[in-house]
Amino acid sequence: MMDILNIFLSDSFWAASLRIATPLIFGVLGALLCERAGVLNLGIEGIFVVGAMTGWMAVWLGANLWGGIIIAAMAGGLFGLFHAILTVIFGLSQHVSGLGITLFASSAASFTYRTALPQVSSPPRIEPFRALDIPILSDLPFIGPVLFQQTAMTWLALFLVAVVWWVMEKTALGVAIKAVGDNPEAVNAQGLSVVKLRMGSVIAGSALMALGGAFLTMSAFDAFFFGMVNGRGWICIALVIFASWQPGKALMGALLFGMFDALQVRLQTEAGAFIPGQVFLMAPYVLSIIALVIVARKADYPRALLTPWFKGQR
Amino acid sequence: MLSPSTTKVEKPLILSLRGMTKHFGPVIAADAIDLDLQRGEVLALLGENGAGKTTLMNMLFGQYTPDAGSVHVFNEDGQETVLPSGQPQAAIDARIGMVHQHFTLAENLSVLDNILLGTEALLSARRNRKSARQKLSKLMHDSGLTAPLDTRVRDLTVGERQRVEILKALYRDARILVLDEPTAVLTPQEADMMFASIRAMVDDGLSVIFISHKLHEVLAFSDRIAVLRHGCKTGEMNTKDADTSSIIRMMVGADHEAPTRVHGIPKQPILNLANVNTKPSKGGQGLQDVNLTVHAGEIVGVAGVSGNGQSAFAGLISGLVQPTTGHVSVNDQVIQKLTPKVMLNAGVGRIPEDRHHDGIVSNMSVAENLVIERLDKPDVQQNGFLRKASIADNARNLTQNYDVRGPGINARSALLSGGNIQKLILARVLETNPDLILANQPTRGLDFKAASDVSLRLFEARDRGAGVILISEDLDEVLSLADRILVMHDGQLTETDSRDRTVIGLAMAGGEQQ
Ligand SMILES: Nc1ncnc2c1ncn2[C@@H]1O[C@H](COP(=O)(O)OP(=O)(O)OP(=O)(O)O)[C@@H](O)[C@H]1O
Ligand SMILES: [Mg+2]
Repeated sequence: MMDILNIFLSDSFWAASLRIATPLIFGVLGALLCERAGVLNLGIEGIFVVGAMTGWMAVWLGANLWGGIIIAAMAGGLFGLFHAILTVIFGLSQHVSGLGITLFASSAASFTYRTALPQVSSPPRIEPFRALDIPILSDLPFIGPVLFQQTAMTWLALFLVAVVWWVMEKTALGVAIKAVGDNPEAVNAQGLSVVKLRMGSVIAGSALMALGGAFLTMSAFDAFFFGMVNGRGWICIALVIFASWQPGKALMGALLFGMFDALQVRLQTEAGAFIPGQVFLMAPYVLSIIALVIVARKADYPRALLTPWFKGQR
Repeated sequence: MLSPSTTKVEKPLILSLRGMTKHFGPVIAADAIDLDLQRGEVLALLGENGAGKTTLMNMLFGQYTPDAGSVHVFNEDGQETVLPSGQPQAAIDARIGMVHQHFTLAENLSVLDNILLGTEALLSARRNRKSARQKLSKLMHDSGLTAPLDTRVRDLTVGERQRVEILKALYRDARILVLDEPTAVLTPQEADMMFASIRAMVDDGLSVIFISHKLHEVLAFSDRIAVLRHGCKTGEMNTKDADTSSIIRMMVGADHEAPTRVHGIPKQPILNLANVNTKPSKGGQGLQDVNLTVHAGEIVGVAGVSGNGQSAFAGLISGLVQPTTGHVSVNDQVIQKLTPKVMLNAGVGRIPEDRHHDGIVSNMSVAENLVIERLDKPDVQQNGFLRKASIADNARNLTQNYDVRGPGINARSALLSGGNIQKLILARVLETNPDLILANQPTRGLDFKAASDVSLRLFEARDRGAGVILISEDLDEVLSLADRILVMHDGQLTETDSRDRTVIGLAMAGGEQQ
């Protein structure tokens, strides 16, 4: 019992929680933006892969790290555009299109990687984002390691939470996005373009998702591996329901999952001798499902989620 | 208060629709319609269900793109502009405001957000709410239409939502206001208040086009009447020269009389409610100690302002609401657990209040909707397979017998107009010869002829030996259909012997019966 308490008191546990949460924060913000506008984006898992691959490859080919981030976001946005054309303009099933994007995007990323690097056996490494070293702040006890020795991408994620919150709650654009996810006809009748709002939200949301992938290759690790996204996109789809489509709660949800995961690793070393490791591996997912069951029963879905809109149709 | 303004000299033109045409597949919803609107007048646009009224107005507002025709607006100096077609923003810029037949509000947003939607620069850093609030409070004060600005729309009553829709148009300085069946879901009191406010604005120069099926409203409120039939304009007249029968002649092309009631002969009891109480249901009171017997061969009218227990009452009889105490019996059988299926099998047919939502599956075809309540019957399925041919035959018969008009039996039922959806439901319910028919607001939004068809069908069913329960807010409808009248107030049901409008009206408002 003492050991568990020690885990919660250690700064490395909290630092790890935030680090594990970072890609989820990007992803869940992206999913939130798409779904608020009424479009489910199951392309997320594949867009993570694309972000991871393109960001890393851009840097490997000589771009600087921030350039890599921009390229990853653009690549994500491109697949978002694709999803938006299929679902917003043609009104196809959002589930089918999204799953198609996931399959297509992850295969395309792997294909590009293999074509560019046919011979390599161990993935080439880049120089990733370094932990921040801010005078005084980084040296503070506890707070320092938890907050100020993260990489710049974690701070970018936290900053984007604030940006998305500000857009959704404080700008007319946010109001319009929420409206288009609730009743597109209301938006159309007020003279705004349903199609532009939805497409814009899906593209921007997909760019955010790609940053989640880019974090993996450019901050958490320093190379691209197959299968490294490992379901993080799907977690975000669940977390956005947990968050009731609100940026603040999205951050909480991602952190909660990060904590479960960080805890799991530590418990494994503590108790791994007598409990099979797989139990710990699945714990974060089980706990997420339980949390979701409790919260999601009252979930207040955007009313027009999954519903295509066509001009002049009943 | 509702008297139309006295005749004025020919006023300047403010709006002119020319040659407006719209096809939906084989349906010609609008066929080269010309329509003029003068400054400061109230024009009533009438026509049967499916005549094309909403289609015409949606083209005016740019929500539908016309196949042909143009919209011309004139400013104070008589200068003419032609609106680009298919762009709501262009209509808004020309100061045209529209209140749609079905609310166009985002329910997850506040009233203020809904009103300001589209009026602010999207990326403006700070939304300038202060001046907007000032403008709105002045507007609400001047028009007498009020709404709680910071409440979410989903928490508003329909009456309040209607006012928000009007405020939305006025906030954008509408000079031309289009109201598509604004009173269909309002209580009579709410409707009177709305008309009074709008009349005051019309006297200040607003021009109004309004659509309604309630002829008394049209006669009281409009200056001029235009009539559509099958997508064509069939006539125009000044309201002062019109009366109910001349309007109806223009609408349906022949004289038409509402069926008159002959008193029914009650037979054995069909439905019995004994000391029934229920929990409050969504949008209204629960039932309190309700006792009621409905006999075969009678129409029992339940009058009352909605929200007083009607939805719990209708839910109970449809098997959707459980009594907390008391019991329900049908044909002398006490029903232990009420479910829609049990009630259906016990012989209850229901015509639900919200026909679009609870009456049809809008993405399924007309033919499928006609058999949806009896999928287990041998003429519908055999060994688990649908009998398409027999379903289609059934649909052809019923659509003919009940005069359901639309793009055909294989079209999605959402494409039918409101009146035709109601006829579809009526056909489905009456075809099974139910012992008890629950008709909840059966003529809401229906044109005069469709409404009298519904009355006729209910009389026929009664004379065949069915018991009918009619729930309605429209006292005139209750008076003209019901053999027995009950008033619902505060969850309680009281029988009244009176057929006097004021006495019943008082009871509806909760006053004592003399
Ligand atoms: N978007 C659409 N797609 C297909 N058909 C349509 C569409 N809108 C209207 N229609 C058809 O056009 C015709 C006219 O419909 P409209 O809604 O204009 O009638 P209305 O006069 O407003 O009737 P109501 O009094 O019932 O509201 C109907 O036959 C309807 O089925
Ligand atoms: Mg209409």
